Formats: sequence, C-alpha cells, structure tokens
Amino acid sequence: MKHKQRSEIASILPKSPTGITGLDEITGGGLPTGRPTLVCGSAGCGKTMLAVEFLVRGATEFGEPGVFMMFEENAAELTANVRSLGFDLDQLVKQKKIALDHVRVERSEIEETGEYDLEGLFIRLGHAIDSIGAKRVVLDTVEALFAGLSNHGIIRAELRRLFRWLKDRGMTAVITGEKGDSTITRYGLEEYVADCVITLDHRVDEQISTRRLRVLKYRGSAHGTNEYPFLIGKRGISVLPITSLRLDHAAPTERLSTGIARLDEMLGGLGVFRGSSVLVSGSPGTGKSSIGATFAEAACRRGERSLIFSYEESSEQIVRNMRSIGVDLAPWVKKGLLQIHASRPTLQGLEQHLVALHDTVKAFRPAVVVVDPISNLTLEHSETDVMPTLMRLIDFLKQQQITSLFTSLTTGGSAANAAEDSQVGVSSLMDTWLLLRNVEFNGERNRMIFVLKSRGMAHSNQVREFVLSNAGIDLVDVYLGADRVLTGTARVAQAAHEHSAAELRREDHERKLRQIASKRKAIEAQIAALKSQGEAEEAEVKFTIAQETLQETATRQNTAAMAQRRGGARAAAHATKGKR
Amino acid sequence: MSTTTKMTKAYELRLYVAGQTPKSLTAVANLKRICETHLAGQYRIEVIDLLKTPQLAAGDQILALPALVRRLPEPIKKIIGDLSNEERVLVGLDVQPVKD
Repeated sequence: MKHKQRSEIASILPKSPTGITGLDEITGGGLPTGRPTLVCGSAGCGKTMLAVEFLVRGATEFGEPGVFMMFEENAAELTANVRSLGFDLDQLVKQKKIALDHVRVERSEIEETGEYDLEGLFIRLGHAIDSIGAKRVVLDTVEALFAGLSNHGIIRAELRRLFRWLKDRGMTAVITGEKGDSTITRYGLEEYVADCVITLDHRVDEQISTRRLRVLKYRGSAHGTNEYPFLIGKRGISVLPITSLRLDHAAPTERLSTGIARLDEMLGGLGVFRGSSVLVSGSPGTGKSSIGATFAEAACRRGERSLIFSYEESSEQIVRNMRSIGVDLAPWVKKGLLQIHASRPTLQGLEQHLVALHDTVKAFRPAVVVVDPISNLTLEHSETDVMPTLMRLIDFLKQQQITSLFTSLTTGGSAANAAEDSQVGVSSLMDTWLLLRNVEFNGERNRMIFVLKSRGMAHSNQVREFVLSNAGIDLVDVYLGADRVLTGTARVAQAAHEHSAAELRREDHERKLRQIASKRKAIEAQIAALKSQGEAEEAEVKFTIAQETLQETATRQNTAAMAQRRGGARAAAHATKGKR
Repeated sequence: MSTTTKMTKAYELRLYVAGQTPKSLTAVANLKRICETHLAGQYRIEVIDLLKTPQLAAGDQILALPALVRRLPEPIKKIIGDLSNEERVLVGLDVQPVKD
C-alpha cells in the first residue's frame, strides 16, 4: 500500500537525483525537478559541500550542467575546498559542465542612492545558465545579500522574484541558508522556498561529532522524516538512511570455508554462505581475532581479496601475532590480496568509521571483510547508535555479496547467559553466530566454541574445544564428564584414561583368546590319547584273535597227527579234508 | 568631453543598466546632470546595457541595477540606484561639490 503510494507520487512529481549516497533514498529519487530546494544549517555543517556535490554529480553522472553562484567564498577557494572530495571543478569548468560565479557584495564599497533592483544578479545568473545550458543552480549563500545591501525590502521582493524566475526557467536549484535562532533560516528564506527544505546539523556528543540531515519538508512527495547521520568522506557526502533499508539482497547458495576444517564441519560440513555475516563473540583472549585472521587467510588462499579492519592492533602487530599460530599473512599482503586497515575507534565518529569502511570496500572490492572488533566501535556510542550503523554496514556488504566476519568482545559477567545477552542487539543482524567462551576448571582456562546459530544450514549443537597452537587453530571434541565438559588437561587425562582402559580390554581379549587356544590343545591331546588307547585295544584284540587261531590250527594238527597214529590213512585223509 | 586637461583629474565612469527601463533612463539623466554640474570637462561616461552584454556583469561585480562604477581614479567605487540623491552620488564618487 505504502509502496504503491510512493511510486504514484514519484510519477507525479519529477525528481532530479542528487547522486549523493543515501539522500536519493530518503527523498524517494532526489530533489524536485525545476524547483528550488532550501538547504539550511549552522556554519560548518556541510551545506556548501552538499550543494557542490549536487552540482558535480548532476554534471558528471546525470548530464545536467550546473551553475554555482557563490556569495561567500570565491571560485579559487571553493575549488580548493572541494578538491578534498575528489571533485575537480577546474576541469568541469573547462568542459563547460559547471559555471562558477562569485558574487561579492561589500557594503562598504557600495553607496546606495535611489531606486534599484537586483536585475544584475538575474542577468549574471541567466548568462551563466545560457553559457553552459545549465539545468541545475546553486546559490550559496544568498543571504549574504542581506549583509551587503541595506534595503531589505528590495532584497526580499527580488528574492521572491528570483525563485519564481528559477522555477519559470525550470532550474532545479539548491539555495543554502544559515540557520536562524528561532527560524529555519536567519532571514526567513523558507518563506520563499517552500517546495523542499533540508536541514543539516552538526552535533557533538561525548566529544564525538556527528553530522545529521533531515528532510523537513518535501511538498508533494513522501520522504523519510527522521534525522539521518551523514558524513563527508573522501568520495563526497553519504547519508545513512537506516529506516529505508531494503531487504532485497540476493542469497547465494555458494559456501565458503572458514579456514578451520573442523569449524566448517560444525557448520553443516561446508562452512558459511557467501555474502552472509558471521559474528564471533567472546570474552577477552578467547581467540576471536585468530578466527578472523584465519577466515581472511582462507579467502586469500582461494585467491580472493580480503580486508581486515582492526580497531585494536596495528597491522604489523596482527601479522606478527598471527604468525605465532601458524597463520602467515605477510605474503598475502605483499601479493595485494589482503589489506589491513588499523585505526583507533576514538579517532572519529561511528559514521566516519563507517564511511571509511565504505570507501575502502568500494575501492578494494574484497570478497571477505573482517571487522575486529565491532564492540570497540560501540565504546563511545550507545547501542541505539550502533545498531542502525551496523545494519547499514551489513546491508551494504550483503548487497555486494561480501562475506563479513565481525568479532565482538563480550564484557562477560558471571551469569551463564551473560555472553549471549550482551550481543542481543547485533546478533539479529547476523546469519551465523559463534560464541567463544573460557572455561576455568581443574586449575586452567580453556577455550570452547559453540555455534549459537547459523541460518540456513544444519549446524552442530556440540561444544568443541578450541585449541590454538603454532600449527593454527583446531577444534577438538570435548569429553563429557559427570556433569561438565572436560577440556584441556582434564580432556587429555580423560583421553589417557580411556586409552589405558582400551589397552586393558585389548589384553583381556588376548588372554581369552590364548585360553581358548590352550583349551583347544588340551582337547586335541585328549582326543589323541583316546585314539591311541583305541588303537592299543584294537591291537590287543587282534593279537588274541591271532593267538587263538594259531592254537586252533595247532590243535587241529595235533588231532590229525594223533588220528593218524591211532587209525590209518583214511582217517588221516578225512581229517585233512575236514580241515579244508 | 575635454581632451586636453583631463589626464590627471579624469573620472572614468561606467553606468550599468538593463534595457531602457524608466529606472535606467532616470539614472542616465541624473548622472549626466550631476557630472555636467560638478565634473565638467573631467569625466567620461560609458553606458553598458547588460541585456546586450551580460558577460560584462561579473567583471565589475554588478548585482543591483542601475549601478555606477567609478573606474578611475582608483579605488573603484560603486553606487547603486537611480542616482536620484545628488549629495549621495557625490559622496559616492568622492567629488567635492561645486558651489554655485
């Protein structure tokens, strides 16, 4: 519904994009085409910068040349000032894309007598517009007229005419104005420029300055009404329109290794999704930075560029320290695959850090970004400040499909869930959350790692021990004791214990096998004995049989011999036959 | 215009106008009258119509019209308006009025 309304409005009211990061999102497409917009704020809040960028982007990106009419600085000063934003006005003037006109009004040099008007201003502006075919106009700061001329009645009348004239000529104009005490601008310019009013503000909170922008009024168009922090960085202004954050980034299915094989295993066996965000939180000394460095190094190994933002250690210190765990970053830095940006979090405001991050990421185009740690950024800021900024950052990285890893220092606390609770603010922005925890037991501290969440993949619910050695990071299974997990030497002791138990069992088995073997031998011996006994008996029987046969034969022969002796040959022959 | 005695005392004046508006005409008339009265023979007037030559406006930092610029003698002085107040014009041009 709201979307529909917005698009309808956009189609009714033509808008000219400013090209300023974020501002076009807030205004739904830019400033009203062919109408003047008032940009006001106190001194040094960035009015001129915004106006210049509006013109330069218009001239370079949208093919709309522009006239910059300045009443305070002269052309040389302005050119020098905006060179820091990377804008080369000289070049643009040469290319007839931008015309600069410095209007100097010095009250002491001018005598007023009788009737006059500001037709000269119109003629100059008209001439400048015609000379380059301008579509955009900036008047910075037209209020200087009030200081330079005494007849304010004439100035007001002429300004009214000027803005009307700009509208008639179809100029998309930005008019800057100084903030007044009780009014939007000191001289009430808002009376004349009523189509769109943007206020800028420069506030200092706890010694850190933040610029903010607000679209006060946009006639005929929906617009973001909040105050948005903005920054003036190396590439111009960027406004951070947090609430217009879209959730429409692509979701690649490609997986990336974290550089720690066992950790990948815990994350569904494949690691994290490309373009996802990983939070590594933990108390001091749990190895967050080591995970970050390993993650970055893994990307370099794949031939991808990675970027480390460090807010704690200098880049050389990181390289040295990571070498101690077997992660050598130096060659990657030399190859240009790895960049380490170290800065103090207190150096600048949060937004400034963010813009530095944006600029670096845009320039380097890494595949992996490590921010170590985000909690340091939050030191100077309340969580309400940090949340939107981080959201913006994560969103930005996701849009670019950059995989990001953020470490966060938890302030601990004795409660079991303290670590989790302290990150609730940012954790919802993260796709994967690893928690590192120190466990003190048995006279030593050991690191443990959990996967608290990991969107879109089956991930391990197991606690692992996180071991840092000079061969890198490894994860080791922990032992579950009676009511606690065992880590460190307790784990080693348990392992040794289990090892000896296994040894015992093995010996037991061997002994049993030996027993069986000897039993078998005994049985075999018995069998042999029985067999030989059988054989002996058989032999005896055979012997007896043979003996008896012999006796029988002998008896028969005796009988025959006796018969022969007693009876004659017949009887003897009979006896022989009978024998047969 | 005198051609013999002007060199050291010469007033070189430029009057910027935008077209033949009543204000422009008044200014031209006023200027001629004042000069004839107080600077007879010592001045030269150049009337520039910015509608015809708008590029000249920036050079003398012209904003309000009509505008009178005293280019010589230096320093440059500017008077804006239709020059209806003779006294102020003379102050602006740094000219001692000739007393009748």
